[in-house]
Amino acid sequence: MLDNTPLVLGNETFSSITDHISSITERKAPKQWYLLLALASSLALVLFGMIGYLFWEGTGIWGIQNPVGWGWAIVNFVFWVGIGHAGTLISAILFLLRQKWRTSINRFAEAMTLFAVLAAGIFPAIHVGRVWVVYYMFPLPNQMQMWPNFRSPLLWDVFAVGTYFTVSLLFWFTGLVPDLATYRDRAKTKIKKMVFGILSLGWRGGNRQWKHYEMTYLLLAGLSTPLVLSVHSVVSTDFATSVIPGWHTTIFPPYFVAGAIFSGFAMVMTLAIIARKIYGLEHLITMKHLDNMNKIILLTGMIVGFSYGMEFFIAWYSGNPYEQFAFVNRAFGPYAWAYWIMVSCNVLIPQLFWSRKIRRSIPAMFIISIFVNIGMWFERFVIVVTSLSRDFLPSAWDYFTPTIYDIGMFIGSFGLFFTLFLLFVRFLPMISMSEVKGVLPQADPHYYDHEHDTRKGGQHV
Amino acid sequence: MSKQKVVGLLAEFPHPGALLKAAEKMREAGFQDYDCHSPFPIHGMDQAMGEKRSPLGWMVGILAFIGFTAGMTLEWWTSAVDYPLVISGKPFFSYPAYGPVAFAFMVIFGAFTAVLGMSVLNKLPRFHHPVFYSDRFAKASDDGFFVSVENTDPQFDTEKTRVFLEEIGGQHVELLLETDEEQALENE
Repeated sequence: MLDNTPLVLGNETFSSITDHISSITERKAPKQWYLLLALASSLALVLFGMIGYLFWEGTGIWGIQNPVGWGWAIVNFVFWVGIGHAGTLISAILFLLRQKWRTSINRFAEAMTLFAVLAAGIFPAIHVGRVWVVYYMFPLPNQMQMWPNFRSPLLWDVFAVGTYFTVSLLFWFTGLVPDLATYRDRAKTKIKKMVFGILSLGWRGGNRQWKHYEMTYLLLAGLSTPLVLSVHSVVSTDFATSVIPGWHTTIFPPYFVAGAIFSGFAMVMTLAIIARKIYGLEHLITMKHLDNMNKIILLTGMIVGFSYGMEFFIAWYSGNPYEQFAFVNRAFGPYAWAYWIMVSCNVLIPQLFWSRKIRRSIPAMFIISIFVNIGMWFERFVIVVTSLSRDFLPSAWDYFTPTIYDIGMFIGSFGLFFTLFLLFVRFLPMISMSEVKGVLPQADPHYYDHEHDTRKGGQHV
Repeated sequence: MSKQKVVGLLAEFPHPGALLKAAEKMREAGFQDYDCHSPFPIHGMDQAMGEKRSPLGWMVGILAFIGFTAGMTLEWWTSAVDYPLVISGKPFFSYPAYGPVAFAFMVIFGAFTAVLGMSVLNKLPRFHHPVFYSDRFAKASDDGFFVSVENTDPQFDTEKTRVFLEEIGGQHVELLLETDEEQALENE
């Protein structure tokens, strides 16, 4: 049973794809764009303002205390890094698996990765407290003649996330080069000609260039695939190598990676539904693309659900009373509300995607994707906060309450993310033109072999 | 009037199939300094042009290995030689714990080699190239399929090559002309 639905609907030609995608950035931006940018950039300003105050006053402005020393900042960090994973999955893993449907969504999913990792990186950096010595994290010669502790997962994180951002940026830029050349060739103003001319590196689209280019793309995909799987695994070791009950579990790396892909696809879905509606891209990001993404959300959602169950099983099976207490406390303790929001949003609601009708209904999938985003934030909250708030000695227990700065910085990080994303859709091609052209039936040189016996505009057989 | 010099020829082909056939004929005729331009990579073009596989895989493999070694060496030297500290009772050279950072070094070396290697092999960035003298060539990034031949090709002959390009189905065959000023600029 092979699905023969074309990847691009309508009678698209090479030049109509160029026109359609380039014109988005060439014509005036729709009114909604300005409204959204105003909102997003104001929120980003809130974030930066609060960071300024944090530097002045210290991390005490947050709700963190003893025993909950890792509050929302770390929750937000894990949340945003996870979001990024879907972009790399689409651009690298689906590329290696020859999933051609990725071509319509990979560009903006990769952009989403970059901006999400950027939003993520802010939190651990400001969480260190004394930001002026943040360079201690890097192996730089310093006045103490000391070096970073390479045996610590927190330091692995610095390298894993730093590498992830750099490689994602290289991958994204490499993918952009042929499209930037299209923008260069279409540019009307001198500034645009210069900017796109320099950015496109003088790309000529010759096959002698494509040969190396395609190899680069393949190699970057091959390098990114283990990288993306390693990044969230390393993030999970921040928890798993500690001795806190509820954190000290070997299931964490695969569980975190599945959760990351789950949340990332939900975010891609949210963004894709809005973008295709505002910019009229329904024929490029088709129902087939959305359906496929919903299937991935369903699959990874079940992996996440299985992990929740497995954690409970191991807590019982291990016979460790602290571990058992930690999990009973999660589900029925003071944070039970957070736990059940997490289970409903991540495990129960995505089950609706078993129905083909819901998988293909725009309002339904939009709402479900929002639920998944919320649920995955709560997953990290449950892991970070419930485990810390009730550790070994009851005399040390405390209930965590966020302050206005916790909440403001979290909302502000959405502002930063959306500001960058809106600027991206305004100035750069949000769909990869060269790749979408490559999956059109006309792109196959053998499409023309029997030109006489194919009806004009007919399907390639 | 400045003098003009022919630096190449450019021919347009109607679709990817025609470009692929043209590439085969160019190779059979023994041309060397030619290229086939298209807005997306065409499947089978490497075989048609008789191109060898890109050596980038080897370059990345070797540099990635060097990256891994560099990462491990850095971790070993800083933690076991320059300032040894006992941390959570682990050995000074805790190679399993050094894995993630060495892996990150490997990936970053590999990724930079892939991108910079591509730009070196493709001689990019290069903002000045004979094909850009043609106004039609802007189509190559939209929906145009072109064959370009440079005058550095041993077989290049303005008249004969032009006729050959038309014979193999090239349309709008045009001369790529360079003026004296541009040449002077290039020689500077």
